[in-house]
Amino acid sequence: MPLIEIISLNKIYDKTKVPVHALKDINLTIEKGEFVAIVGPSGSGKTTLLNMIGGLDSPTNGKVLINGINISKIKSDELIDFRLKNIGFVFQSFNLIPVLTAKENVEFIMLLQGVTKSEREKRTIELLNAVGLGDKIDSRPYELSGGQQQRVAVARAIASHPSFVLADEPTANLDSTSAEGLLDIMKELNQKLGMTFIFATHDNKVIRRVRRVITLEDGKIKSDVFQN
Amino acid sequence: MKLYLVLAWRNIWRNKRRTILAALSVIFAIVLAIFTRAMQHGSYDYMIDSAVRMYTGYLQIHGKGYWEERSLENSIEIDDEFLKQIEAIRFVEIAVPRLESYLLVSSKEITKVANVVSTDPEKENQMTKLQQKITSGKYLSQNDEGLLIGEGLARMLNVKVGDSLILYGQGIYGTTVATMSPVIGIIKFAIPDLNNSFIYLPLIYGQKLFSMENRITTISIMITNPKQISYVLNEIRKIVNDNYNIMTWEEMMPELVQGIQLDSVSGLIMLFILYLVITFGIFGTIMMMTAERTKEFGVLLAIGVNRSKLVLITTLEAIFISFIGALTGLIVSYPLVLYFHKNPIRFSGELAEISLKFGVEPIIPLSNESGIFVAQTLVVLLIALLSSLYPINYIRKLKPIEAIRL
Repeated sequence: MPLIEIISLNKIYDKTKVPVHALKDINLTIEKGEFVAIVGPSGSGKTTLLNMIGGLDSPTNGKVLINGINISKIKSDELIDFRLKNIGFVFQSFNLIPVLTAKENVEFIMLLQGVTKSEREKRTIELLNAVGLGDKIDSRPYELSGGQQQRVAVARAIASHPSFVLADEPTANLDSTSAEGLLDIMKELNQKLGMTFIFATHDNKVIRRVRRVITLEDGKIKSDVFQN
Repeated sequence: MKLYLVLAWRNIWRNKRRTILAALSVIFAIVLAIFTRAMQHGSYDYMIDSAVRMYTGYLQIHGKGYWEERSLENSIEIDDEFLKQIEAIRFVEIAVPRLESYLLVSSKEITKVANVVSTDPEKENQMTKLQQKITSGKYLSQNDEGLLIGEGLARMLNVKVGDSLILYGQGIYGTTVATMSPVIGIIKFAIPDLNNSFIYLPLIYGQKLFSMENRITTISIMITNPKQISYVLNEIRKIVNDNYNIMTWEEMMPELVQGIQLDSVSGLIMLFILYLVITFGIFGTIMMMTAERTKEFGVLLAIGVNRSKLVLITTLEAIFISFIGALTGLIVSYPLVLYFHKNPIRFSGELAEISLKFGVEPIIPLSNESGIFVAQTLVVLLIALLSSLYPINYIRKLKPIEAIRL
C-alpha cells in the first residue's frame, strides 16, 4: 500500500465571483521514504496540493488516501488527531511557539501524544542534537537565527514520529548557508530514518537535492520526474 | 499540565503592559467593590444594631398573642433562673425583662396617655444606655418607687423632678391601677414619639403596681454576634414551651428590613457597574490576545493541537490575569477595610446631626466579614471564566487553513 495515494483530486474555490479551479484531476502516488518536491510557479496549486495531503483543506472531489485511509472522510476534530499522529509540518515562517524554548517546542508535540516525561526528554535532546542545536535547547525562538528556528521546526515535525513531513517553502526565509544546512539535516533524516519529506518549493537548492520532482502548472501535473 | 500552565503564564507576559493594565483594572474594581460592599454591610449592621439597641433587641420573648393584642393577660411568669438560662446561651449578651402597658398619667390639671415600661434598671441601661438620656434628676435603681419620664411628656404635664404624677388605668384581669408616683428623672429621646409618651418604672415597682408579681410581657435579648441569631433562636426554643412566642428583629421591624433591602438594591446596581468594568478589562484583553494569535492558533491546529487544549490554554490565561488582579486586590483591600472597621468613617453635616439626635453616632464602620472578600473574588473569577467563552467560540470556529494564511 502506498503511503499517499491521490485519486482524481479536484479543488475549486467557488467563494470568489469567478470560481478558481486550483487543482485539476490530480492522480499521484508517494511511497514511504521518498524525498520529493512539488514545484511550479506561484498559483500553480502546489501549496493547495500540500494542504490537501496534510488534511488542512478538503477536496471538491476526488480522494486523498494516507496509509489507505481516505482523510477527506474524517471529521474535522478527528483530523487534528490524525495529523498529530501521522503528519509533521514545517512552515515557511517557522511558526514556533514564541514563549516556549527550543526544547519545550519539540517536547510539546510529544506531550500531546501522551509520551512519558523521560521518553520526551530523551527524544527531544536526541532530535535537537540531530539538527545541530544541542547547545540551544533552552533558547527561545527570538534568541535563534532563522535557520536555527527552522531546524527546531524540523525537530518538532519529526518528534511525533509521523508517517511523513510536509514542508511548505521551508527555505524561503533563509539565507543560502542556512538553507543548505537545513536541507543537509532533512536529507540525513530521510536517509538514516527513512523519513518521507514532501516539499512545496520553487527553490533550486531544494529541487537539486530531492529524488523526485513533481511539477504543477495551472493545477495540473505537468511532469513527474525521478532524478539522481 | 505543567507545560500548559507554563505556556499560559508566559503567554500573558508577551505583552507586559497590556497584562498589567488589565490586572490594574481588576485590582481597582475589586478594591472598589469590596470597599463599597463592606461599607454597605457595615452600615446595615450598625443601623440594625442601633435600632435594636434602642428598644426591641435582636430577639424578643412574649406570651402567646401578646404582640398582636398587647394585653397584660398575655403576660408570662418568669423567675431569675429562667433569665439566667437565657443569658447562658452562647452569643446572648443580655436579656432584659419588661412589663409594658398603657396608663393615664395626670399632673395637677392635665391628663395624658403614657406608655409605661417597667424594667430592670441595670439591664435596661446596659442595653439601651437609658441613663445617658437623663437630662435632670437621677437614674432608677432596683428598689426605687418612682419614675423616669420623657422630656416631651413632662413638658406637656408641666412637671419637673420631685413632682408627683398620678398613674391610673387597668391592670391584669380588670384590676385597677392607681398610684401617685414621684418623678425621679427626666429623659430625653431623639424620637419625638418616645419623648412624648414614655415612662419608665423599676420592674419590681411596676409589677407591684399592676399586681403582677414575677410576671412580665416581654424579654428583649441582645446578642454579641448578629450572624448567630438563628442559633440563639433555636437554643431559646429548647428552653421555652408553646406558651411563648419568640420574634426576631426582622419580624418586629419589617420597615427596617424593607429599607435595607431597597438600599441594598442600589448597592447591587453599583456593584453591577463595577463588574462591567472588570468584564470589559478582562474581556478586552482576552479578545486582543486571541485575535493577534489567530495565525498561531491555526499553526497549532495544523500540527495536531486539538481545540480543547487551545481552549484550556486560553482559559488558563484568563484565570491567571484575573487571579493576579483579584489576589492583589484582596491584599490591597484587606488592610484598608480592617482599618476602617476599627476606625469607622465619621460623617458630618445635617446627616450627622440627625443621627446624633437619634442617639446614634454618625459613623460607618466597615464590615470585615470574610464572605464579602470571598464573594468578590469568586465573582471576578467567574467573570474570567465567562470571558474565556469568547476564545472558546473563536477557536471552535477557526479553520487552520484560513488562519495560517493570515
